[in-house]
Parts: sequence; structure tokens; C-alpha cells
Amino acid sequence: MNKYDVVVIGGGPAGIAAAVAAHKQKAKVFLIEREARLGGILKQCIHDGFGLIRFKEKLSGPEYVERYIDMLNQTSVEAVTLTFVSDIKQVEGGYTLTLVNRNGISKIFGKTIVLATGCRERTAKQVLIQGTRPAGVFTAGTAQYYVNILGKMPTKKCVILGSGDIGLIMARRLTLEGAKVEGVYEVKPTPSGLTRNIVQCLHDFDIPLHLSHTVTKVFGEDRLEAVEVAEVDEKMNIKEGTQRKIECDALILSVGLIPENEVAYSLDIPLDRCTKGPTVDQTFMTMREGIFSCGNALHVNDLVDYVSEGGEIAGENAAVYKNKERKLIDIKTDKNFLYIVPQKIDINAPIDKIKIYFRSIKDFDNTKFIVSVDGKVIMTKKYAHLRPPEMESVKLDLSKETLNESSVILLTLEE
Amino acid sequence: MNLVCIVCPNGCRLTVTIDGEDITVTGQKCPKGKTYAIAEMTEPKRSVTTTVRTVFEEAPVLPVRTNGEIPKDKIFDLMKLLDGFVLNKRIKRGEAILRNVFDSGVDVIATSGMLMKEET
Ligand SMILES: Cc1cc2nc3c(=O)[nH]c(=O)nc-3n(C[C@H](O)[C@H](O)[C@H](O)COP(=O)(O)OP(=O)(O)OC[C@H]3O[C@@H](n4cnc5c(N)ncnc54)[C@H](O)[C@@H]3O)c2cc1C
Ligand code: SF4
Repeated sequence: MNKYDVVVIGGGPAGIAAAVAAHKQKAKVFLIEREARLGGILKQCIHDGFGLIRFKEKLSGPEYVERYIDMLNQTSVEAVTLTFVSDIKQVEGGYTLTLVNRNGISKIFGKTIVLATGCRERTAKQVLIQGTRPAGVFTAGTAQYYVNILGKMPTKKCVILGSGDIGLIMARRLTLEGAKVEGVYEVKPTPSGLTRNIVQCLHDFDIPLHLSHTVTKVFGEDRLEAVEVAEVDEKMNIKEGTQRKIECDALILSVGLIPENEVAYSLDIPLDRCTKGPTVDQTFMTMREGIFSCGNALHVNDLVDYVSEGGEIAGENAAVYKNKERKLIDIKTDKNFLYIVPQKIDINAPIDKIKIYFRSIKDFDNTKFIVSVDGKVIMTKKYAHLRPPEMESVKLDLSKETLNESSVILLTLEE
Repeated sequence: MNLVCIVCPNGCRLTVTIDGEDITVTGQKCPKGKTYAIAEMTEPKRSVTTTVRTVFEEAPVLPVRTNGEIPKDKIFDLMKLLDGFVLNKRIKRGEAILRNVFDSGVDVIATSGMLMKEET
């Protein structure tokens, strides 16, 4: 059985960055991808805007990730594609993984594992719509795969439900390719995608955005023929009399992403209720010894630049992992946070360069981000705007504090 | 006049005031915001990302983009031009498939090198 220091599961930007970073620390690394090509979801994200932080350039998704694949190809990391992990077992000093691919079944040993399995889209099952279940109801990511990878148009005239970024990007993409996008319907009173995408994907092409609206019914037997939309009030109840029927051959859902954590479930790794990814410490190690998590499997990032950064944190720490006892303390927050990553700090690990990622629970203007330890303020940072769709990150140095297991680290947002 | 800068994900909210020849812009976190606002008021431009069809089985389409910005009202003309285009040559990432479209000085380049090697 081949033995590795670090086994990375998932060959998207997070997994590739983790593998390259682990290799830099002299680790022997193995990378497993289930699809035919490395690159993850970025293979189909052909629009630009990637890499502004990392490369100071406006790259398309494939360009961004292929640069990382080039870096990977210059290392001795062993990468396999079209390979599934069918089982993981904890053994003395690490884990054995059972792999399945065209060549059959094999086993490898990993001292550590990095979970970089990305995220998936919420589907029709997760939004309540009445009516039949005809073909023609699919996610924005599926539409993206059809158009950008297969070169096939999945619709002539469609309605988009949800104002997530992928839906906005696809509204523009489908319009450019000649489809009619009747409108984007968002149940909340504010859009969930970035403002720049509202401008360059909807306004530029005169695609209407209907806030506080939702799809209430679908019509059609085999293929979708129409949908019914309606306005909702503040309590999200449908306003009677506002229903309207729209003829279309597709309903495209862009209602959010959730971390993909089937492997984590199978290992009973505790997940965070808010991020829906594993709970981790500042080294991105989960609550299972030697198992790390990064990228969209850990929490849904809105910029791939942060995904690469997180991959590096996980990869580097996995490479230098020594099975020594952790002393974990919680990072506490006030109710103004939607979530934070990491959720815990291991005071036996380095605490001088802790990267904290967070989202606020609602829009804030002129806010102060405050970190206190046992009631003493140790850091503040001002933000002109904080918005839930825009993730923020800060660097925290706790090396000057005397911490023990009963220390209270508290993050607050003050208006 | 209020605009949202689309140059980077910060999406700064810009306020533009025009006084004869003078255009003043406020709200930008960096100088690119001003350049964007002035272009938006005079000649709006966009970069375009799309795909072109190929003759290769493993990649029915190849992602491409303009390597600069073209006038906004030329976007659909470019789409039409590319609609009739079929790539029959294996090209590298960054290689141009069309040069100087509409005399804009802008090329359309491939944004993936997936035609160059058979991945295993
Ligand atoms: C449809 C869609 C569109 C998006 N568009 C954008 C965008 O425009 N801009 C942006 O910044 N972000 C976008 N995102 C977010 C995007 O996912 C991240 O920016 C980035 O790609 C995340 O990288 P990752 O490596 O964590 O995940 P991914 O890119 O999803 O990569 C995960 C990889 O793991 C593999 N994998 C999963 N499970 C297993 C397993 N059990 N065994 C082996 N391999 C496995 C998958 O096949 C995949 O290759 C989008 C996400 C989705 C779903
Ligand atoms: S003004 Fe500068 S920082 Fe603000 S959105 Fe534009 S490019 Fe980004």
C-alpha cells in the first residue's frame, strides 16, 4: 500500500492549492478527483473576474484554475482523476482510503486527509413549489454546464428564481446566446448576488429583477410550459391577486449553495450549523484528528482567491501535522455575525497569524469589528460597509495574550 | 448621477456630477472607479466572455474572452461574429482566435488550454 503524508480529496482550486502548499512543506501528497479533469466548478465558470486579488488580473475561471494546475504539474504531487473514495478507515497513525477507478479497487494510506470537495447547489427539492414535476426545472449550475461545457442551449425562454450570483451570470450568458430571460425573481427584499453582477448582468441587458417575488406554481406535463409568479409581503406570505402566469420552457434556480460534505458525514465529523461545513481550528483541522477542510466544503466563499488562500492554510498545516494534543477554545461572537471560520482556536498551535473569515448577519454601515480577550479589547477594525454576500477576512495575532482553556475570545460588531 | 463600479467585487457606489466639460466622481476606493465612471458617461465599454464551437470531440466548445474592452453596443455584433466561427486548430490558452475586432485593438483569446493535451 502506498503511503502519503497528505491525501487531498477534491481537485478544484481549494484541493489544488492545498496539494501545492503541502508539497512546498516537503510532504508526499496524493490528490483524488472524481471527474475527468482537474479544476472543479471553475471549468464551467467562463466569465471573468477571478484572480483580482491573487494575480491582479481579471481572469476567467478556467484561466485562473489552469494556472494552479500548471503549478501542480511542476511538483511531484500524484494526482488521479475519475477516481472515487469509497471508504475511509482510521488506523494507527492515520487513515486508509479505498479508491475505485477504471483500474479497479486500490488502497492507500494517508497520515492526514484534506477535504476539498466543494459545494453543491440547492435544488427544487429545497424550495417549495406547487404543481407538476416537468423537465425544464434545473439549477443555474446545470444550465452553466450545458452552455459552457456541452455547448448546448437548455432553454429558449426562461424565468430565473433567486438572485444568487450564478443565476445573474447565467441570465447574461443565456441572453448573449439568444435566449429570452423573462426576469429574475427574488423572494427577499434585497438581492443576494453582488451589486456589480446586478449591474453588468441584468441592467446591461434590460433584464428585470423582481424583488419580494417568488414562483408559486409550475405548469406542464413532460416539459415545463409556464410558471406562476407572485409578490410576497414582509412575512413571505403570498399577496393574493398578484399572481401572474408566464409562459416559458425553463425555470432556473439560483437559490444558494451548500458545502458538499458526504465524506465528512461518513466520518462523523461535527459540522457547524451556520456554515454547514466542518467546525475547524485555525489550522483548518476539523474536530477529527488529522482531517482538514478547505474551500467551499468548509464554507461557501464568494471569491475563489479566498478559496486558494484557505487551501494553502489547510495544505500547509496538514503537511506539518504532528499528532500532538490540542487545547481548543471557542471563538465567541455576538449576534451580528452570520458565521465565522475558524470557530475554534488551538492554543497549542501557532496563534500569531490567525486568519478569521466572517460574514455579518445583515447590512451594516460604519461598523467597528472588535476582538476582545477576557474582556480586554486587543484589536479593532473599521468597515464602511458590511454585507452578508461579501465575506471579509482579518488577521489576528494572539501571541501576546496569555491564553488558557478558560479564556474567552469574543468578536463583536458595533454600529 | 449614481453608478456602481463594476471593475472589482468591491462594487463602490459612485456619484458622478457633470459640469460642462468637467466630470467629478466621488465614492471610489481606487482610481479605476473614476476611469470607469467617465467611460460609462461617454463611451461605455465591456469585456465579453463566451465560448466558440470546435471540431474536437472532447471539447465541443472552448471558452474565450476579449483581452480588453469593446464598446457596449458591439457586444451582440461580436456574438454574431463568433456564432459563425468553428475552431479547427488546437490552440493554447491565451492564443488569439480573432484579432482587432471592430478595429477596437482588442483580440478574442482562448481562456483554456484544454485542447493542448489529452488529460488522463
Ligand atoms: C455552479 C457554480 C458556479 C460558481 N460560480 C462562481 C463564480 O462565478 N465565481 C466564484 O468566485 N465562485 C463561484 N462559485 C463558487 C466556486 O465553487 C468557488 O469559487 C470555487 O470553485 C470553490 O473551489 P473548491 O475547490 O472549494 O470547490 P470546487 O471547484 O467545487 O471543486 C471541488 C472538486 O472536488 C471534487 N469532488 C467532490 N467530491 C469528491 C469526492 N467524494 N471524491 C473526489 N472528488 C470529489 C469535485 O468533482 C470538484 O472537482 C460557483 C460555484 C458553483 C457550484
Ligand atoms: S472604484 Fe476601485 S475599488 Fe471600487 S469597485 Fe471600482 S475598481 Fe473596485
